[in-house]
Parts: sequence; C-alpha cells; structure tokens
Amino acid sequence: MSAVDAAAETVEALGESGYKYGFVTDIESDTAPKGLDEEIVRFISAKKGDPEWLLDWRLKAYRLWERQQDEEPRWAKVSYPPIDYQDAYYYSAPKSVDRPKSLEEVDPELLATYEKLGIPLHEQEMLAGVAVDAVFDSVSVATTFKGELEKAGVLFCSISEAVEKYPELVRRYLGSVVPYSDNFYATLNSAVFTDGSFVYVPEGVRCPMELSTYFRINAANTGQFERTLIVADKGSYVSYLEGCTAPMRDEHQLHAAVVELVALDDAEIKYSTVQNWYPGDEEGRGGIYNFVTKRGACRGSRSRISWTQVETGSAITWKYPSCILQGDHSVGEFYSIAITNNRQQADTGTKMLHVGRDTRSTIVSKGISAGRAQSTYRGLVRMQGKAESARNFTQCDSLLIGDKCGAHTVPYIEVRNRSAKVEHEATTSKISDDQMDYCRQRGMSAEEAVALIVNGFCKEVLQELPMEFAVEAQKLVGLSLEGSVG
Amino acid sequence: MLEIRDLHVRVDEREVLKGIDLTIARGEVHAVMGPNGSGKSTLAYALAGRDGYEVTGGTVRYRGADLLALSIEERAREGLFLAFQYPVEIPGVAGTTFLRAAVNARRRHRGERELDAMQFVKFVREKQAELNIPDDMLKRPVNVGFSGGEKKRNEVFQMALLEPTFAVLDETDSGLDIDALKMVANGVNALREPARSMLVITHYQRLLDYIVPDRVHVLAHGRIVKSGGRELALELEREGYGALTAAEAA
Ligand SMILES: Nc1ncnc2c1ncn2[C@@H]1O[C@H](COP(=O)(O)OP(=O)(O)OP(=O)(O)O)[C@@H](O)[C@H]1O
Ligand SMILES: [Mg+2]
Repeated sequence: MSAVDAAAETVEALGESGYKYGFVTDIESDTAPKGLDEEIVRFISAKKGDPEWLLDWRLKAYRLWERQQDEEPRWAKVSYPPIDYQDAYYYSAPKSVDRPKSLEEVDPELLATYEKLGIPLHEQEMLAGVAVDAVFDSVSVATTFKGELEKAGVLFCSISEAVEKYPELVRRYLGSVVPYSDNFYATLNSAVFTDGSFVYVPEGVRCPMELSTYFRINAANTGQFERTLIVADKGSYVSYLEGCTAPMRDEHQLHAAVVELVALDDAEIKYSTVQNWYPGDEEGRGGIYNFVTKRGACRGSRSRISWTQVETGSAITWKYPSCILQGDHSVGEFYSIAITNNRQQADTGTKMLHVGRDTRSTIVSKGISAGRAQSTYRGLVRMQGKAESARNFTQCDSLLIGDKCGAHTVPYIEVRNRSAKVEHEATTSKISDDQMDYCRQRGMSAEEAVALIVNGFCKEVLQELPMEFAVEAQKLVGLSLEGSVG
Repeated sequence: MLEIRDLHVRVDEREVLKGIDLTIARGEVHAVMGPNGSGKSTLAYALAGRDGYEVTGGTVRYRGADLLALSIEERAREGLFLAFQYPVEIPGVAGTTFLRAAVNARRRHRGERELDAMQFVKFVREKQAELNIPDDMLKRPVNVGFSGGEKKRNEVFQMALLEPTFAVLDETDSGLDIDALKMVANGVNALREPARSMLVITHYQRLLDYIVPDRVHVLAHGRIVKSGGRELALELEREGYGALTAAEAA
C-alpha cells in the first residue's frame, strides 16, 4: 500500500461526519501544578534536564513575559474573552514515556492513539517512507526511521534530545530567527516550551525522505508549546510535514508554538502544515487557540524557503509564517489555504522581508469562509533599501459560502528600493448556484459539490503539498465544510 | 417513461409554464421548439429540479414514480441528465476529476464499486474517441476557456459517460459548426436505444435532419401550442412561429 492509499484509506476509515479526532486517550500523565511562575519554568527545565544556558534563556523569556502580561496582541481581527494564563497546565507528559529509545518501548496505548489518528507509527516506519516524530501533549514519543536518516547524516529527533546530543547546533540556532522577545506568544513559548522537533541537514545532503511531525493535545487544560528548529546547511534540501489534532473538549486550549527555519547558501526547506486542531462546536464552544509564530531565514545566497499550509481547524488561528530573505537571490514562498466554518476565526498571512538583492517572493492565499466564520488575510511585503531588483507577487482569493461569514484582506506594502517591484491581486467570490446545480445535476450531493468546487478554488496551493499530504488535505477540505450548505 | 400533466412553474414570482402536458414513451425522442423566452429552458430546469423553478401545479411521473418529490441530485442518480444551454465553468477542477465524481456518485447509488483513477481513465478512453474529445480537454478545468462548441461537445460527452435513462438537451446544437453538429448528432444517435428517451430543445430544424425525432412540440407563452411529427419542424422553418403564437395570444 502506498502512502497515498494509506492516507486515503485512513481518512475514509475515520467515518462520516463531525470532528474525527475528538477522542481522549486514557493515559496516566505526569503534570506540573496549574499556573505559571518562575517555579514552573524551573520545574519544566529540570524535567527536561536543560543545561544551564537554556534555563537562563527560559528565565529571561519568562521575566519579559511577566512584565508584558497585559500586552497580548490585539491587532488581529479575532475576538475572544481574556485568557487566564494561570488557569492552565504548562507541562503534561504521558507517564510511561520517559524518552523511549525505540518504538518497542513506547506505550501501546499511545501507539494505538496514533493508529486512530491515521499515523500508524509501526507501519509508517515500514511502508510509507515518511519519517515521523510524534509529539503527544508535550513530549516527543517516537521518531521513526532513525537508522536510514543517520546513514544520510540527517539529524532528526525531538528538540529535547537535540539539546542533549547536539547542544552546539541548538545553541547556535535556537532563537536566532524568532528571538525570545519577538512577541507575546513566542516569549511565552520560549519560557515553557516542552518539546518539538529538531532537524539538521548537513552540507550537500538531500534528505532521502519526507520528515514529519504529528502533534496531539490529549490532556485537559493543557497548553501545547512546542518548538521546532530546522537547519538546512549549504546546498541541502529537506521537506518537512506537520500535522495536528486534539480531542474535543468544551474549554479552549492554547497552542503557542514556535517554528524556526534556517537555510544557508543554496539550501532549500519546504515546510508543509495540515492543521486540523479541534475547531470547537457549531456555537463556538471549545476549540484550540492556535497562536503560532513561524519564521524562516534565507540566510544564504540562492536559498529558498517555502511554506505551505492548510488550516482547517482551531477556534482561532493567529499565524503568519514568514521569510526573511537575507541572502542575495533567495526565494520565499507562502501558499495558504485557510478554511473557517461555524464560529471559527482565522487571522493569517505572511511577512516577506526582502533584505538581499534579487530576492523573490510569492504569496498565494486562499481563504474560505462558511457559517458565521471570519477569515482575514494579513500580509506584509517589505522591500528594504538594499533589496535591489527584488520582486514580490501576491495573490489573495477569498471564497464565501453563505451570507453570514466574512472575508477580509489586509495587505501592508513597504517599498524602500526603487528597483523593487510588488504586485498584488485580490478577488472575492461566492460559490454560485449555477456551479452547485451543475454538479448536483451530475449526481453529486451538495456537500460533494462544495468540496469539489472548493478544492478547485484551492488547487494552486494543494498542488504544492507533497503527495502524501495532498490526498488527505483534499478530503479534509471537504470534511471541514460539512454542514455549510443545504 | 415521462409523463407531464398540467405542469405550472413559477420563476421569480412569474408564472412561466402555464400547464404543460407531455408524454414521452420509452425509447422515444421528442423535440421541443419555440420562440426565445417561451419557457423551454424553464421546462428543462423544472424537470431537472433546480432551485428557483417552483412547481405550483401539476405532476410529473418518471418511470412510474413521482419525479417532483426528488432532489436535483436524486433525479440525476435516477438517470435524468440535462445538457445545459449554458454549461457552467468550475475553475481549478479538472474535467476528469469532475467526471469521476459524477460517474462514481451514480455507481454508488446503484450499489456498484466506485472506479479509481486508473479504472476511470480506461473507461473514459473508449467514449473519448467517439466524440473526438482530446485529452487536453479533460485535463483542463471544467468548461473554463472552452469555446462555445467545445462546451456543447463536452455536455454530450458527459451524457455518454453517465448513460442516462432520460436526457434533456437544451440547445446543444447552438453555436456548433457543421462538423461539430454532425459529431454531436452522431454522439446522440449512438445513445439512442429502446431503454433511453430524450427531449431535444432546439431552434433549428437542421439538427432534426440528423437526430430524427418521433414527435415535435411547439412551446409558446408557457404552453404547448402544437404537436406533430417531424414534418412540423419543416413547417415551422418555412412559416415561423408567427401564426401559432398569434393564435395562442388571441
Ligand atoms: N432565473 C430567472 N429569473 C427571472 N426570469 C427568468 C429566469 N429564468 C427564466 N426567466 C424568464 O422566464 C421566461 C422563459 O425563459 P426560458 O429561459 O425558459 O426561455 P427559453 O424558451 O429557453 O428561451 P431561449 O430560446 O432564449 O433559450 C423568460 O421570460 C425569462 O426571462
Ligand atoms: Mg433556453
């Protein structure tokens, strides 16, 4: 069975309607006391066995965050009641998984959970050819395909393991793209991050397989603060996939992740996300607050970073995967699908900061709103003084389903170099009755028709996804719009 | 096959069909002609079950059952096919993707196994040759950037794939050049068989040289004002609708 078939079968097996990943796994976990203070930060740091420098870094972040507590960003077009940061748990780890050495040591309950999610870690290792790092609540439980990756010289492990094994690399790059002082959520993440993935691809190496992380929030009232760091050394290439789910719970859960990418000369990083956190119910009860900072630095000449995201889940999404195009001739890309239904809110987009000469960036954003959802594209393109002959092309398309939802486009353009060029195109459309009737006259149900039409609308983005994810993403597009018509 | 009794249809607060009676037996092909705005497409859409075409009176029985009780997609799955007068563009959706979804919807309904991408390509190949549909047309997004003639050919191609029991062709001959017209007519004729009936809406008797109908009806002001054999089409071509519609209006 190919990975694509496996993905397709998995999605089918997940049943007919509603959120498919809403189950809770019955696992004993090791949890820090509720709330956040310096003691908790120290507790987490001790649990992780941090070296001194990392504890210091966390504490600096925590102290800054404490001072800013009332300065949560408010500029996004999203609304929610104030978050009580003292009413959440900042550390929860499945008890049995004290850093397993191999899959054999992983709690079978956990493996079963991942099977249910469509990520059979065992089979993935044997069949699919995708290396997976699975993060359950806050702890990385398994990384598959270690052997093969080691042969190629690729380092792929949880960030905790990386801190222990490759402290030099981690220390050099951690916080170098997203400093701990970057923004409210990134600061919080820096203080309390518990796990995440680490990738280092050495000079000239083309990573032999797709790397993949699945994040899962299981425990109640738990925030997930993972931190991912990917470094592609000169002339290397890596494609990385990230998927996420969470159980259905009535209360909101916070997810404040940070992802940092570094591409050196001639290196390329392709980062794909399928984000399907629990979106809450029709009335907006429950669901994940997804406040994430993702940024890549094209440090080297001719380097390239490409973000592709399919955002279907979460109650609120606040996310701007960005590129700092420092190296001359470097390229940044952002391909995004954001689907919001019912009461979901998404404020997402990108920042393309052109620093070097002849840098190029492409932004393709597809926003789909249904129900009473609100979707905003917010993007910044900045051409700095030295960005000679830099180019940006932005295309922002919004599709509305029904008349109670909203779509907004907020582009910021700053050009400080006369030879730089910025192009921006934007459209807003509705699914027409003609299109619906045409599909239905051919025998498709209204929901099938919407899924088909929306997939067509998103095509330019979907085709950027690796095959393994494309099939899954297409089905997800349909599933997430269920109930939006008829 | 199809029995329409005293059908009244309202569109946008206006009664467009004012009592249509029409019976089409198994295997028959009927032609409907009539001036612009007389209600031909309205009849087609009402039979297909589009929203906005509100049936305010009358009945339609299809293979013995109440057609009007079914939704648009249920009618389609029961074998009713409409070749649209204005085929609709669906950006980003490749022809094959669209067709496979349509074919599989029907197969599911009949309890048959769905075709995967490979099986579907094989299935399509055979039909493609008959209607001279190039691969390129199936790869492109549905109807996007198609010429008028290509759109019409594509409708007949879909009909051939979906093998309907009852097909309504709404001006499928409009905008076709002579060669395309022959091709479309051949495609339609190839589908004529005892278990399949058709309603062909056209303005031109020329089409009926190729697709020879069993009956011809004239629709004017929302009513069928005259029915006859195929010679009626020739008569209309000579004399126009003038006499018929004037008589009706009086
Ligand atoms: N959606 C609609 N909204 C308003 N009026 C409509 C609508 N659809 C049809 N009509 C009106 O109903 C009448 C019949 O239209 P219909 O399209 O059925 O005519 P037709 O016989 O198919 O004409 P043609 O030969 O030009 O295709 C026309 O007066 C038309 O304007
Ligand atoms: Mg018409």
